[in-house]
Amino acid sequence: MTTGSIEFGLNSFGDVPTDGARTLSDAETVRLLIEEAKLAEKVGLDIFSIGEHYREGYVDSAGPVLLAGMATATERIRLGTSVTVLSTNDPVRLYNEFSTLDALSNGRAQLVLGRASQTQSFPLFGYNLEDYETLFEEKLDLFMKLQREMPTTWSGSVRAPLVEQTLHPTMRPGGIPTWIGVGGSPNSVIRAAHYGLPLMLAIIGGEPHRFAGHVDLYFRALEQFGKPMQPVGQHALGLIADTDEEASETWWKSWQPLITQMGQERGFYPPTRERYELELATGALFVGSPETVAQKIVRMTKELQISRFDLKYDIGGLSVDARSRTIELLGTQVAPRVRELLAAESQLETAGATHE
Amino acid sequence: MSDLQSTLPTIGILGAGKVGTVLSRLLLAAGYPVHIAGSGSPAKISLIIDVLAPGAVAMTAADVARTSDIVILALPLGKYRSIPADLLEGKLVVDAMNYWWEVDGIRDDLNDPRVSTSELIQSFLPTSRVVKAYNHMGYHDLDEGPTPAGTPGRKAIGIAGDDDLALSDVAALVDASGFDPVLVGSLRDSIALQPGSELFGANFTASGVQDALTRFPTTERGLEVAAAREQEIAA
Repeated sequence: MTTGSIEFGLNSFGDVPTDGARTLSDAETVRLLIEEAKLAEKVGLDIFSIGEHYREGYVDSAGPVLLAGMATATERIRLGTSVTVLSTNDPVRLYNEFSTLDALSNGRAQLVLGRASQTQSFPLFGYNLEDYETLFEEKLDLFMKLQREMPTTWSGSVRAPLVEQTLHPTMRPGGIPTWIGVGGSPNSVIRAAHYGLPLMLAIIGGEPHRFAGHVDLYFRALEQFGKPMQPVGQHALGLIADTDEEASETWWKSWQPLITQMGQERGFYPPTRERYELELATGALFVGSPETVAQKIVRMTKELQISRFDLKYDIGGLSVDARSRTIELLGTQVAPRVRELLAAESQLETAGATHE
Repeated sequence: MSDLQSTLPTIGILGAGKVGTVLSRLLLAAGYPVHIAGSGSPAKISLIIDVLAPGAVAMTAADVARTSDIVILALPLGKYRSIPADLLEGKLVVDAMNYWWEVDGIRDDLNDPRVSTSELIQSFLPTSRVVKAYNHMGYHDLDEGPTPAGTPGRKAIGIAGDDDLALSDVAALVDASGFDPVLVGSLRDSIALQPGSELFGANFTASGVQDALTRFPTTERGLEVAAAREQEIAA
């Protein structure tokens, strides 16, 4: 990891978009995702990742299948998940899916493991939410063991034991890049460090610098566990348009109803327009012109020491055009601008150092 | 560390997650000694506390309960039966917990319009004096929000309880930690601070909290609560 270098990714939850007055069908949305991954590669982005949801308006329920489609349609871009809900997946099945994806994509597979803030998979697959900690803990242990030592012998309470088990296709030595996604729980940060896995911060509200303490905690925990340094990434929501006004208006039309619905499900009231403006100015939303978004990402590289930035570019009801415009602008304008600003700063620092 | 004897009460915090660590920071900044416990051994949280709440002392939950003057509950509500009830006898206990089904699972007992969850906590801790506070504001707003008393636009925290002395102690605590305390009423009334109410998730000034409280009985949730409670009386 070179200081000042940064990778750019896109995240999609397979949100169903609109085209003019029409809402796309689920199947059309699935096919659109392949096109968007191709576009992401064309405009020079590094990673394309999809989530895991089981509800109306999202088509990302079969992640590895989607990623396999993308793998055969692209050549260079890395393919992964914005979060795989490990607790309700079988680690053996997951290994098989991702080792196959890695083979198919010629070594471009990766993933983020976490709980996700949506928990529909628990009742759907017959798990209890109360068992979340045990499920995650044991399954992470098994999944990492499968990646790091094959044949694998393992026993635990959440699935059948394995004795000297070898899986095929076998993954590349050491496994594929596996990140731990966290939403603010200090314990999850410690867990990522314990396994020596890179940390993905999902920051979807409030001022991102609040997570600076978590980053500090992560680095200190890595040190304490005797693990080598690992990168920190940020998952954020946003939209890039030609002007700040256009971006702000377009996003509000989709974000306001989404947050209202989430609030109804979880018992909080929808945010006001004033609150929204604050989220744009100092908060977690990366909504604006390429320059606005680039400046905000540069701030994150300082406040949170991130070397990977993933933008979730789709949100229910957004038009196909607004989505592709965001992808284009992230690749062709924001990413080069961020790299330019970071390079200028590191030059300044070097100059400063020689004059001391 | 200085040897200055603090005249402020020692605050115990049960829960070293998002809310527990934020509250530790706020109270340490206000000068209170803070003792904190996670769900396991103190060693498990010592690094977390070192980095996220430096100055707080990590201990077992039992030791926190024993050594603190005021104990704040910041653990998942669904785990409230793990609270060391016998060690909290006679103590002032601040309930900052909420029913959050994505953590607690679907629990009808924690989502009953007739009974506030703080009333449940009070019956689980019959000899403690329970006050609801710090529950309705999102933890990032708590983190970003504290300002000195008298600051224009200072944010407010609603508090509710059945014991006047306990309420005034918690009001002082809330004020010292950077927020205006607003009296919401009894533990029974604290349902107006729970999920489903306008105040849940609110980051308002004192007058904003007051206004939302005034509106509560006429909101959908307020009407639901009133109807359920009336039915209970009739039954």
